[in-house]
Amino acid sequence: MQPQSLSGYRELPHTADWELEVWAPDLATLFEQAARGMYHLCEAILVSHPRITRGIELIIIEPEILLIDFLTELIFLTESEGLAFDEFNLKFESNRFIADVTGAKLESLSKEIKAVTYHNINIRETGSELKANIVFDV
Amino acid sequence: MVRLQDLQQINRFEWEIPKSYREDMRVAVRIFATRQLLEEIKDDKSLEQATNAATLPGLVGRVVVMPDVHQGYGFPIGGVAATRLPHGVISPGAIGYDINCGVRLLASQIEFEAVKKDLSDLADSLNRLCPSGVGKKGHLRLKIGELEKVCKDGSRWTLQHGYATEADLRRTEEKGRLVGADPTKISKRAKERGRPQLGTLGAGNHFIEVDVVDQIFHQDAAQVMGLIEGNLVVMIHCGSRGFGHQICTDYVREFQAAVKRYSIQLPDRELVCAPLDSPEGQAYLGAMRCAANYAFANRQVLAHFARQAFEETLAGKVPHWHLHQVYDIAHNMGKIETHEVDGKLTEVCVHRKGATRAFGPGFQGLPQEYRSIGQPVLVPGSMGTASWVLVGTPESMKRSFGSTCHGAGRTMSRRKAKKTVWGEDLRKELQAQGIHIRAGSMAGLAEEAPQAYKDVDAVVETVAGAGIARKVARLRPVAVIKG
Repeated sequence: MQPQSLSGYRELPHTADWELEVWAPDLATLFEQAARGMYHLCEAILVSHPRITRGIELIIIEPEILLIDFLTELIFLTESEGLAFDEFNLKFESNRFIADVTGAKLESLSKEIKAVTYHNINIRETGSELKANIVFDV
Repeated sequence: MVRLQDLQQINRFEWEIPKSYREDMRVAVRIFATRQLLEEIKDDKSLEQATNAATLPGLVGRVVVMPDVHQGYGFPIGGVAATRLPHGVISPGAIGYDINCGVRLLASQIEFEAVKKDLSDLADSLNRLCPSGVGKKGHLRLKIGELEKVCKDGSRWTLQHGYATEADLRRTEEKGRLVGADPTKISKRAKERGRPQLGTLGAGNHFIEVDVVDQIFHQDAAQVMGLIEGNLVVMIHCGSRGFGHQICTDYVREFQAAVKRYSIQLPDRELVCAPLDSPEGQAYLGAMRCAANYAFANRQVLAHFARQAFEETLAGKVPHWHLHQVYDIAHNMGKIETHEVDGKLTEVCVHRKGATRAFGPGFQGLPQEYRSIGQPVLVPGSMGTASWVLVGTPESMKRSFGSTCHGAGRTMSRRKAKKTVWGEDLRKELQAQGIHIRAGSMAGLAEEAPQAYKDVDAVVETVAGAGIARKVARLRPVAVIKG
């Protein structure tokens, strides 16, 4: 059996929607992996140029709500500007979350995500890593 | 996990999870299913989610589960729950992100055999005129003020702008306009998402389908609806697009704090809710009605372009190419209705998520011609299988808050469907059966393969057997446009 990498995501079976399990050593990497996993599920393919950066700033209420808010922001940027991202610079400052996300226009996107749900959302510590399960309405 | 031995069998078509199953349940759960369907249902988390739904404050009667139920995210898809006014709760997650996702049926006097050779062209026209697929924008670009008018007026707005007839509105649930929509309760972001999407189908399980009326079971009702065996009909399945998704997202987030303010304990954060008479509950109700009206208008604009596709393809080739509206009905909605609870007429908020309103004969809100037969219920199938037209019954009023099933119901995950089915093979297979497929993505098509769904005929036989709907006509697909 292959050892599990320090951070990553995998799709779990769900009858109608999509469920991702995400793990990482820290919160910023967990958020990044969640975003990467979401784009993977949608089969997002980016054009190579030009590279585009967007800033996201959110108030931190609790980590789970913040994770959903962050992914919801990314969905909005996909829908409104046709953008997806593959570089993430994420900072947590007292009650503020600041993200610089870099990517490009979409060449193609196979699936549309309606929303990120709160169903069983729970960021938990398991040994030295953080884990979260995220269910997307599709 | 709910086990079969936890259920009490009521009769051949009904089962119950008693309130005593879990301490936090406020009411029992009633499941409409045959034993065979129940065996499928118990394999996912549908029943666990139904018992979670049974913990919502202010519930009356029972939580009702339809035979097409499947696991959702909080509230099961195929569930109905009614809460008492004024203090019972409203839960955005129990209505869903795609507010007023629903189905419209248009009928024709066009004989299938007469236009068989034109179906490929018709599928192309529908595909071109009715925007579908991921991120597709519509023919309309609404300014914010105009969008707010759509929110308030729903299908009435489309009538004023030449996309509808009075007859269309008359044959739409609530005449295509819910009273009480309040655009001031909608975020700027929801409005931004809604502006370019009116008149678009979207992706996922949404579709436009051309069917043939294959078999008629209730001649009187079929005649009133204008359904003739061997003739073409069009089914449109979609909802409120990104506009509704954003409204639900906004309120599920806001209600995370509301449940704390009102000391509401719930087993799942997606079930968050607020009392109907609270400022939060009233705000959501006003916003949800905006999304509902947007969805009615959305399906109306798509119907307009479907008519244009028929005219473009068939004008001059058949004597009558017009499509008349049979009905338009929601299957994700929260409605204030009056139902009999413990022998008394009671005002309740009925949450239907993946369940169709199915009012019986005599309901005053129906068009005059439908009052004697009951409200039409439109049940889409799964591309290669049948779709159905049913009517509501007096029994549905008594036993399921005037509700019945909404479709076939998924049984296979999207991931498994994609691994099992190759989209291009499926398209060829359906084409060989005489079903013309136009799909934005072959992977998306594979996810929606007929084998990923339950047997829609078994679902319909169950609701008919249980008496919560009556069969009118079976439809057979001949062209499907998917996003």
